[in-house]
Amino acid sequence: MPADADGESSLAVTARAESFVEFDRVQKSYDGATLVVKDLNLSIAKGEFLTMLGPSGSGKTTCLMMLAGFETATSGEIRLDGRPINQVPPHKRGIGMVFQNYALFPHMTVAENLSFPLEVRGMARPEREAKIARALDMVQMGGFGSRRPAQLSGGQQQRIALARALVFDPGLVLMDEPLGALDKQLREHMQFEIKHLHESLGITVVYVTHDQGEALTMSDRIAVFNDGRIQQLAPPADLYERPGNSFVAGFIGENNRLPGTVEDRSGDKALVRLATGELIDATPVSITEKGSRTVVSIRPERVEFKPEMMPPGARTLDAEVVEVIYMGDILRTVLKVAGTDDFVMKMRNTLGQTRLAPGQKIKVGWHPQDARALDP
Amino acid sequence: MADSALLTTADGRPLAQALAEAQGRARRRAFWLVVPLLLFVLVSFILPIGQMLHRSVHHDGFSANAPAVSAWFAANPPGTQPDEAAFAALAQDLRAMQANRTAGEAGTRVNYVLPESRSLFTKTARSAKDMTPPFKAALLAADPKWDDPRVWAAMRSSSSAYTADFYMVALDFERGPDGSLERVPENRQIYVYLFVKTFVLSGLITLICLLIGFPVAHLLATLPMARANLLMILVLLPFWTSLLVRTTSWMALLQGEGVINDLLVWIGVIAGDGRLRMINNQTGTIIVMTHILLPFMILPLYSVMRVIPPSYARAARSLGATSWTTFRRVYLPQTLPGIGAGSLLVFILAVGYYITPALVGGADGQLISNLIDFHMDKSNWSLAAALSAMLLVGVLILYWLYERLVGIDRLKLG
Repeated sequence: MPADADGESSLAVTARAESFVEFDRVQKSYDGATLVVKDLNLSIAKGEFLTMLGPSGSGKTTCLMMLAGFETATSGEIRLDGRPINQVPPHKRGIGMVFQNYALFPHMTVAENLSFPLEVRGMARPEREAKIARALDMVQMGGFGSRRPAQLSGGQQQRIALARALVFDPGLVLMDEPLGALDKQLREHMQFEIKHLHESLGITVVYVTHDQGEALTMSDRIAVFNDGRIQQLAPPADLYERPGNSFVAGFIGENNRLPGTVEDRSGDKALVRLATGELIDATPVSITEKGSRTVVSIRPERVEFKPEMMPPGARTLDAEVVEVIYMGDILRTVLKVAGTDDFVMKMRNTLGQTRLAPGQKIKVGWHPQDARALDP
Repeated sequence: MADSALLTTADGRPLAQALAEAQGRARRRAFWLVVPLLLFVLVSFILPIGQMLHRSVHHDGFSANAPAVSAWFAANPPGTQPDEAAFAALAQDLRAMQANRTAGEAGTRVNYVLPESRSLFTKTARSAKDMTPPFKAALLAADPKWDDPRVWAAMRSSSSAYTADFYMVALDFERGPDGSLERVPENRQIYVYLFVKTFVLSGLITLICLLIGFPVAHLLATLPMARANLLMILVLLPFWTSLLVRTTSWMALLQGEGVINDLLVWIGVIAGDGRLRMINNQTGTIIVMTHILLPFMILPLYSVMRVIPPSYARAARSLGATSWTTFRRVYLPQTLPGIGAGSLLVFILAVGYYITPALVGGADGQLISNLIDFHMDKSNWSLAAALSAMLLVGVLILYWLYERLVGIDRLKLG
């Protein structure tokens, strides 16, 4: 038995021994010719909220389905609580699952939906009713037991689906894009509620989404999937601020890309010559040596145009304002920089913020830590 | 001071009226488009059915050709002993029948109520011309049966053009000597038995179709498109083959010296002299009707199953249900509209099916529609109509039951 994870400090450095869910060299092929999941190794600690994030077709949902037991791994082993579960049928895994379209049984009332997992476990009626009432209260749907799913709004159905996945006290809950069908405001509200339930119940959650905002808000750790592989596995802040390769940098958040060649590299500093000849400072991440090609990635909100906001001695680039888009909280400024005309700078809309006009010539710069030299 | 009860448009017209005017044009156009269909349905369907229902309660073969006796029946209450006046009226009518050659027609009508009466009329009518009073004695001399109270009861019930006699006959009843209803002797009871048999066989065929069709429909709904299409072609094949080709191939398969019997004898399941009778009897009717009606079960089931997302079954499995519990409690209840629609369709078609039992049913595989056909052949239109009307009522009752139990709005036919 793995020891109980003691809060967030141990999560990032989960040792193999105390992992609750473990994918060990898992591969999956549907057609015998191509691999959908290529050599997946992932261990998830007890009580962790792990998100699998990636574009569609990246293999994240397949991984979730293998964990739930609806797909079988072509090779490799999946362990739950130290026990291999490759051969265990889904109904014996004791894993709660929330589906994308909720999958509430339309011919049953809300209470009957919640009662279903308890009935198939042979639980007595009084105990069932107590558990159902508790689960409904937990998602603030106390008075809705006798309704049919079709009589509920999307958000309410979502809560019931959540209650149903939790009512039989599973240690692990899987969520397959559960908020995909909700509107933006409700989605943000539910993100908070799911996170809150996760914390108060101490359950382990594996969450699949293609919405990076959702992943960043909710997760303890995020596994970014692409092309059947985990591209990076890190806590949200690391992932956003220190993307490990250009796919992650491009997939998470907005990102300016400046192609160039590595002119000099020493320790944690690199000098990159852009295609148009300018030199910039950057932090080497996934480049090997001098002379190799690279793409420097800079977040739009880390781009500065006022000299006093840049670190002393920072190199600057000439820029020309193409357009300024007013977005309320920020001013999104599109610039022509180093041969590209889609370089974006985000300016906070503060009182007295400088208003730039199209055609205006400025100089932009950034902290070398924010310019990350990645694989091309 | 806005008038809350009656909203008006900006130019002051009542809102409801303005709406009706705005939509009226489109409605009228739509109506003219369906007029041809409405006329067609009226002429080809509603009128014939109305006429059939009318025929089932109307037959003036006796009342029109025996006006004098009919008048006597109208003047005297049921149970009155026929007196000399009655016999005189009868003799007068019989003379008229002989002159107009309508004795057979009148006799046929009475024959429905009392079998073997037709010949009584045709025979007596030939000698009616020479009869002299007292007519009672003269008629009894012609045939002593004229003294039988059952004959008079039968004539009385035939004396009005509108009658429920055909329904009485169709339910295996007849008139007793005192005009009361009684069951016909057991050896002549045929209609109720055939109705029951028709409904039981149709139920059995529906059940077999459901048991065979359900897995096929599920397969159709879950297979990849290309293979599902191939399977669908196989399902629809019976529709595309000529009836005679189909029947001939069933004969080749099922007959005593047919493929299936040969195979069974060859592998030793049955002995050479114990060949199974599978055609030209009830078994043949069941097998062949199941085959032709199967698509009507599969298609509604398929249309329902196709839209059941696989995530329901997955959800049930993840909640701890075995595959059997998942099927029973989650999948099956959701296919109920399809089961209802398919069963209703197959049952209704089976109840009225005529051609297959006629071709492969032999003697004991005949259904009520074959009997209706028989009476139509014999120009017993009224009896055929009464039997058809009862069939129609039976089907309508089923339809009503379905509406009460499942709801007609949940009927899905594809």
